[in-house]
Amino acid sequence: MSAHAEPSAGHRHGPPIANQSSRVSSTVLGMFLFIASEAMLFGAFFTAYFFVRVVNPDAQPWPLPPFHLPVFVAGVNTAVLLTSSFTMHWALQSIKRGNRNGMKAGLVLTLMMGLAFLLTQMLEYARIGFNPSDGAFGTIFFGLTGLHGAHVFIGLTLLTVATVRAFRGHFTPEHHHGVEIPGIYWHFVDVMWIVVYATIYLL
Amino acid sequence: MARNPFRSEAEAYRFLLLTVGYFALIVVAASIATWLGVVVFVALTATALILWLRSRSNEPVLRPAVPTRGGGEDERRILVIANETVGGAELMQILRSKSEGVREQILVVCPALNSQVRTWASDEDGARAEAQRRLDASLSRLRQDGVQASGEVGDGDPVQAIEDALRTFGADEIVISTHPEGRSHWLERNVVGHARERFDVPITHVVVDLDAT
Repeated sequence: MSAHAEPSAGHRHGPPIANQSSRVSSTVLGMFLFIASEAMLFGAFFTAYFFVRVVNPDAQPWPLPPFHLPVFVAGVNTAVLLTSSFTMHWALQSIKRGNRNGMKAGLVLTLMMGLAFLLTQMLEYARIGFNPSDGAFGTIFFGLTGLHGAHVFIGLTLLTVATVRAFRGHFTPEHHHGVEIPGIYWHFVDVMWIVVYATIYLL
Repeated sequence: MARNPFRSEAEAYRFLLLTVGYFALIVVAASIATWLGVVVFVALTATALILWLRSRSNEPVLRPAVPTRGGGEDERRILVIANETVGGAELMQILRSKSEGVREQILVVCPALNSQVRTWASDEDGARAEAQRRLDASLSRLRQDGVQASGEVGDGDPVQAIEDALRTFGADEIVISTHPEGRSHWLERNVVGHARERFDVPITHVVVDLDAT
């Protein structure tokens, strides 16, 4: 019989060697934990929202007057946000094909549409006719949409960094991690807005 | 392992489009009648769950690329997955019979058995230290019986430990050693069956009854 015997790990000073299983890579686990924490955060607000609806079974139409939601304006805003996801996707596909101008245009358009969404939401807040202290519905409405607005702001910050880096020529078809990560986050923010818009404004 | 829909930008974009379609159908149905909205919601959610579960069970069989081998035709590489049973007489007999007339390379992998909570918290140091201790004892026992083998500590999931080992050790055969039925957690979890489904390498299951020896 042949082969060799591998020496076992001997005693050593200092902290133990970090072990990493291929079952859950740190990047995937990190993204899972992030999404799970976000889902719980939004889930807490949605739970409060549905509780308010359930304890008012006779409230038809929802929400009860004097609350009135600008469904059309929010719908246009939703279309703007969805279009921004498309331009984000276009930006990344462009740099993957070596089209730097396409990437720059995509990032700038995404940034502008994200800003437009946020500004429209701020205008909506100013003209909606109620405020967070006007009952449970007002609190939940501003809490949920405000929480999403904060995520949009973070996304815009990431996009600004990516756009500046794009104009400085930091990205190549092989190295575009700095566009990919803000892109993933931006799509996540859009997914959450679809849930918020469908739940609060439409259903 | 659930597939992460936010693994890449392209997958996240696809997930967004699916979400739009999902909610659009629910909203349209609910605008017609509330009960219809509920029905569509339940139907779509159930469909999504079924498709997701089906996609998980249809994972392709792993056909690991065998690393370049330095030995000739008379060399046989055997991957042994065992925890406490590696020193059992039944396993020793199998290894001897498989190595007759050939030069064998034996790699013993000892999974670092751990609780789910500790695994997810990356608290594996204790489990790996314990597995290393078992591995050292096992290799020593094998050497006493004239079997030279190398060894390494593997993932806590034995099937994952096999997959990890196959990526660096091009095995001709896998030997999984377990306790007898009724006392083996691995058999309870059908580790051998899952390994046979997953790996395109001959697998021998050896039952070692340590109480009988």
